[in-house]
Order: sequence, then C-alpha cells, then structure tokens
Amino acid sequence: MSYDVSESELLASGHVACPGCGAPMAVRYALKALGENTVLIVVASCWSIIAGPFPYTAAQVPLLHTLFATGGSVASGVKAGLEARGLQDTTVLTLAGDGGTFDIGIQALSAAVERNEDFIYMCYDNEAYMNTGIQRSSATPWGAWTTTTPVKHPKDQPKKDMVAIMAAHRIPYTATATIAYPEDLIRKVQKAKSIRGSKFLHVLAPCPSGWKSEPSQSVLLSRLAVESCIFPLYEVEHGEEYRITVWPKARVPVQKYLRLQGRFAHLRDEDIGRIQENVDDEWQKLVTRSDRAKAPGNVDQAF
Amino acid sequence: MEKVIMGNHAVSFGVQLARVQVIAAYPITPQTQIVEMLSELCADGRLAAKFIKVESEHSVMAAVVGASIAGARAFTATSSHGLALMHEVLHWAAGGRLPIVAANVNRTLGPGWNVWTEQTDSLAQRDTGWMQLYCETNQEALDLVLLAYRVAEKVLLPVMLVLDAFFLSHTMEPVDVPEQALVDRFLPSFEPQYKLQPGEPCSFYGLVTPEYYMELRHKMHLAMQSALAEITAAGNEFGRLFGRYYGLLEPYRLEDADVVLVTSGSITGTSRVVVDEWRARGHKVGLLKMRVFRPFPFAAVRQALAHAKKVAVLDRDISQGLGGIWASETKGALYGVAEPPVVFPFIIGLGGRDVTPESIHKVLDYTVAHDAPEDDTVWMEVKR
Repeated sequence: MSYDVSESELLASGHVACPGCGAPMAVRYALKALGENTVLIVVASCWSIIAGPFPYTAAQVPLLHTLFATGGSVASGVKAGLEARGLQDTTVLTLAGDGGTFDIGIQALSAAVERNEDFIYMCYDNEAYMNTGIQRSSATPWGAWTTTTPVKHPKDQPKKDMVAIMAAHRIPYTATATIAYPEDLIRKVQKAKSIRGSKFLHVLAPCPSGWKSEPSQSVLLSRLAVESCIFPLYEVEHGEEYRITVWPKARVPVQKYLRLQGRFAHLRDEDIGRIQENVDDEWQKLVTRSDRAKAPGNVDQAF
Repeated sequence: MEKVIMGNHAVSFGVQLARVQVIAAYPITPQTQIVEMLSELCADGRLAAKFIKVESEHSVMAAVVGASIAGARAFTATSSHGLALMHEVLHWAAGGRLPIVAANVNRTLGPGWNVWTEQTDSLAQRDTGWMQLYCETNQEALDLVLLAYRVAEKVLLPVMLVLDAFFLSHTMEPVDVPEQALVDRFLPSFEPQYKLQPGEPCSFYGLVTPEYYMELRHKMHLAMQSALAEITAAGNEFGRLFGRYYGLLEPYRLEDADVVLVTSGSITGTSRVVVDEWRARGHKVGLLKMRVFRPFPFAAVRQALAHAKKVAVLDRDISQGLGGIWASETKGALYGVAEPPVVFPFIIGLGGRDVTPESIHKVLDYTVAHDAPEDDTVWMEVKR
C-alpha cells in the first residue's frame, strides 16, 4: 500500500518537547492529514508547553490552549462559533493527554460526543500525568510504576478501555493509532475529517522520561506495542463495526515491550505472564468482533 | 411593544434582540426559564443562534468561551451552584478579554439546599474580572442585556447581569420590548479584532511567563477602569434612543439626605416606598441604588454619599469573617473623605428571607437611634 502523505509541515521545528516524545510526532502527522483549514485546541497537558510560550507558537494553524476539563466543551463552542461566522468546513481538532481524556475531561468529552458535535478529539496517551512529573492516571497500565504508584505499590488496576467507552456512545468513528505507523495514523485522521459528527482517535505516544525508556526507542516501543498486541491498531464505526487496520506480521511477546521500559523493571516473570495472559484474552476478543476478511493466517497465534 | 412578562423572560427577549449567535446552557432553578425560552426561539428560527445543551455549567462557560473566541456573540444564564461550578472558566472568559454576557439569577448557595434569593453567589465572583450589573426591575433586566453587550464589546470584558430569584425572575411586570431596528442601531453586529481564523496561525491562551503576565493583568485593570465611562456613555445613548437612562448609580431623594440607604436588586423598590414614608414624616432620608458592582464606582459613590451623616448599607450576602460585601466596598469608597458619614452595615434577607417595608423601617429606626453600629455588622431580623 502507498499513501499520499502531504509534504507540508504545519508543526514548526523549535517546539519544546523532550527528545523522543511521541506527542509532537502525532500532531505533526495529524496536521499533515488535516491541512490549514483547521483550528487546534490543546487541553492542559505537556502540549501546553510543547507549542512554546507566549508570544511563540509552533503550530501553523490557529491554536487555542484550554482548561483541563474542557476538551469536549470548548470544542463544541468553537465549532458553533465558527459556523455562526459561516466557516462550515473548518475542522476542529481537540488534542488532549490521557489525564485530560480518561480522567478530568471525560464528562465533557462524553457529553460532546453524545451530542455528536462535529469535531475530532485526539488523545495522545502516554499513560500517566507526565507534565506534572509522572503520576498515575486511569490510562496507566496494570503493574506500572509512577510517582503515585511506587514500586512497593504499583498500579493494581487495569487501564481504562477508553475506545470501548467512546464506541459505546455509537459515534461515527473511533480509532487507535500510534507514531510507528504514520500512514495508518494519517489515513485515520483523513477518514475522521471526511465524516461529520464526533470522531475519537486514541494515539499511543511514548514518553521516555515517564516510561524510563531510551528517547531513540520511542518509535520502536510504539511498534512493539502493536506487534505484541498490547496496543492493537483498529477502528470502530458507529460503535459496532470493528476493523483491525494493522495485523501484526508475527506477534512478539509482551516481555519484549515491557523490558525496554524502566517503569516495568520491578515486574517479576509471573507479573509479565499475567500481563501476557490478559493481552492474549483482549486480542482474541478484538479479533472475534472484527471483520476478519483481511486477517492473515496467524492471527489466532498465542503465547 | 409592552408585554407583561417575568424577569427571566425579560432576559430572554433581551438576548433575542441582541441577536446572540451561540447559547450554551444547563438548567438550574431559578434561571431555567431564561434558556427554555431561548431554546424555543432557536428551535423555531426566531433567533438565528446555535443552542448547545451541555452537561454541566463548567462546560457551559467553556463552550461560551469557545464560541466567543471563534468570533461569535455568546450568551448563557445560570444561578448559584451553577455559577460556582463555572468559577474556573469565568477567569478564562475575562482573561481572554471576551465580550460574553451571562445572566445570573441570584440564588443562595448550600448547604443546605435553598433556591431563594441571595447575592453571595455573584458577589463571590468579584475577582474573576467580570463586570457585574444588578437589576431592580424586569425592564432593567431586558435593557441591561443590550447595554451589557454594548459595553462588553467596547472594553472587551465579560458582563454578569444579575437579578433576584423569584422577586424578579418569576414575577410578572409590564416591560417595554423595544423595536429590533432601534436595538440594531444601539447594538450593531460585532467583529472582534482577534479570533480563531483559519489561515491566521495565532496562539490563544498560551503559556505566559512572569515577563508578560503582569502586563496582561494591568491591561485588564485599565479596561475595567475605562468601563465606568463606557457604561455611563452607553447608558446615556440608551436613554436617547429608548427613553430610559441608565447610570452607574441611581440616587433617590438624595440631595439633602442625612440618612441614606444603599441598596441593590429588588430590595430597592421596597426601600423607595419606605423612604417616601419617612420623607412624609419630615425625615431627611434618601436612597442610593447601586447598579454596577464591578467596576466599583468609587468616585461616584463617594460623591453621592460624602454629605450624608449616616449611611445604612443593605447586604443580602455575607462574606464570613468580613461581613456585608457592599458595605465593605462602600466604606472603601468613603476612605479619605473629610468627616465621612458613619456606615451602618446591615445583613438582611439571607437565604431568600422576605425583606418587607417593615424590615426597612427597622433598619432606619436602628440607624437613627444609634450614633454608630453596635457591632462590625448588624444582623437584621435574625433569630438568636
């Protein structure tokens, strides 16, 4: 497959993200897909810093920074305001972290997508409150270390299934993506742009300082997250039609993904076994409910 | 056209005449009728606005901020706990210099639950950077919606339009609903200089370092100060067009008054009647009705009260540890006046307790009988 990825850059160099941060890559690809007729809304997160302080902005589209709990609500107002001025075709893209999406912003997000507001909501998920210094969110995976889930008491709850929550709203389009698969990400953003109504994109975005991983390995980790089926790439239309968009060529054990990250360094082999078991179950559930027409032969392979 | 309508609907008519483009709202007693009527006006096309039915007041104010920063004229209405839930976003509306108008129907904050009138909800938002205008009548509620947009769009700060629960919100009064053409002359459509505009990649609300933050707040302060003159000018222009003049204050039989009642909201009408009775008995009693709380019209208040001997301030609000909020500001206005009047700060009618003519008589009896208040705050008609 080949994709026609735009050469235009709507995210300037000189942003202030850490080396190896997945978040600016996700936004760079998304803006390539959306083009200039876009308004970007940034919910309180690392991205409040990444774009640069006043009077600078790294985004080459109008950018509205906003309060933590307002990703869904402020976007609803912006869309209505633009339409009142006759700007019917401008895409409104809300960008929020996992804290702003899974936790403090979920009420406003749920309400906005229940109203089927016409906007794209992109969550860049680095699996903890990284901007405040690595505190657990409900997106933090089971067993992970954060500063509020110390090694003696690592997180004892599974990651919240945000895609299922969004799909349960029966919105037109929900999808996962990650930075190791830019064509897949861009295609999903383009698809989201072509649909009127609420679109939710869940993007895994590695954070070297929070994951205690090598900045040079962020793309690798994103790829391993997909190949190990910890973070499968799929899309859901109207809450019902599930479709896996990237089938792993050969599944890799979760250990390969987990052992590259210091936040999982304390896990014993049996903990990793438990994670593997859980991932196998979830993958099978996803495969079962997906359109398997394009599935390669080895999809049922387990570890 | 004269209609007999309740205060809530007077606000709705004002919003319709202001040609508001985006409304976001969440129901709360006693405000709900404002947005119910607006919802109908939007649904049947009499008002060409998008009505966003959000899930909380926090989202209300965020949606209204989003609409305003996208360049639309935006409105909402709330009360009490709804306003409290908006608090965080109120700062962003003002800090973003957005000319939003929000009606707040004064309602008591819990606990315990209480839906009746009290001004603590709006007065507690005094440091958010919003202008605050208080209404005495339903006519004022309608007219001040128009005045509020005119001033807000001039100085680029939001306005909170405040009216009493039930005494205004649910009480029918005759109201002159002005002609649209005349309103359009007073309030033309608004084209903001800065807005979210595709093709113009500007950043709004970005991180501001100590190097710049203070200057932004200083500019807000200057804008708020300039609002005093803008309110006066807009009130005069409104009077020329519609025959009803609105100033920062409204003095009543004040010229030679030794004792002055300072009031706001619907208590004013009751107090006027009592002032007339005292005047008929030969007492030099007057009244100063406060319309504008932010920006606080210090100079105008000073001028209006400087020659009185005693000033009785009626506060239907309470700042625990301070007392009445209007009284505190009134004392501030009189600071530095040579031989200032003695200020009698009264707390009255909290939780919607009725303030009757008899209550106002008691206030005046106390004020006349004492050289100074016996305590920092005088609690009227409180069970002990």
